[in-house]
Amino acid sequence: MIFVTVGSQMPFDRLIAAMDTWAAEQLGVIEVFAQVGCTKYKPRSMAFAESISPAEFADKVHGSSVMVAHAGMGSVLTALEVGRPLVIMPRRGDLLETRNDHQIATAKWLADRSGIYVAMSEGDLPQALSRAMLSGAENREISPNASPQLVGALRLFLTNDQDWASGHQNQF
Amino acid sequence: MVVKAKRILAVASGGGHWVQLLRLRPAFEGHDVAYVTVQASYRVSVPHQRFYAVTDATRWSRLALLKMVIQVGWIVVRERPDVVISTGAAPGVVALRMGKWIGARTVWLDSIANVEQMSMSGRRVRGFCDLWLTQWEHLAEDGGPLFRGGVI
Repeated sequence: MIFVTVGSQMPFDRLIAAMDTWAAEQLGVIEVFAQVGCTKYKPRSMAFAESISPAEFADKVHGSSVMVAHAGMGSVLTALEVGRPLVIMPRRGDLLETRNDHQIATAKWLADRSGIYVAMSEGDLPQALSRAMLSGAENREISPNASPQLVGALRLFLTNDQDWASGHQNQF
Repeated sequence: MVVKAKRILAVASGGGHWVQLLRLRPAFEGHDVAYVTVQASYRVSVPHQRFYAVTDATRWSRLALLKMVIQVGWIVVRERPDVVISTGAAPGVVALRMGKWIGARTVWLDSIANVEQMSMSGRRVRGFCDLWLTQWEHLAEDGGPLFRGGVI
């Protein structure tokens, strides 16, 4: 199953319409389920729900062979933690799909990461999906924790209030 | 050395902000943590911990914003945290400011999604933030924000 998600904040009609078109070509071959948000576009060729609970979300992620998402960090980190190949398409600020172009920047820095396949626009989606579906060993689960450097810095800050009072932010 | 457990208030809005906050949990081990977010359904992610859901306010709805400020304020007063930490966005700004008023130390970790500049919320907390962090080395400056690693 291919699991498509646009996150809980806003709809993303451009991604959902493009995935519906792709799903129409795969009917009977590949099952697609999409979490679409309060979208105007109603999919015809894939199962969908406006929103799903965190438990259902976890089920869908675990049950999927490939995830397709907007370039939001919630979706990205979830796919990486479960080790699913992930196709991302960024929302565009100029189309009011989100408040600015931060997802385009996110998509660019994630493009080099193994297990992530970036479609900058609808036209790139089929190829990104093909690459994701053919991928294999590179989709390893990442640790569920922040980097040891960050965890260490925060632990030091939490426990070290005496030194902190002397005002040396840089030692943390 | 025995370290006294701290009371931590960990605050994040929905989606990526919340997922990034959860990745910091190893840093909180041994301390007493209460979580604040905007979705009641997120409670399942932090079982057996104190948990609060506040109104999901965007800067376009003043009434929702006012409601959120009151809710967060009440939580800060009730929790009396030693440390307030947030990964963004709006509820974190409010929690850090109110935390500072009651004498808590404060941490802001800007989202890893902010690759090109600190978020608007992140810039807003600078004046009442003890540890002001970016997750991008190229955005770090001597006077802050500092870079101390990222959530991945």
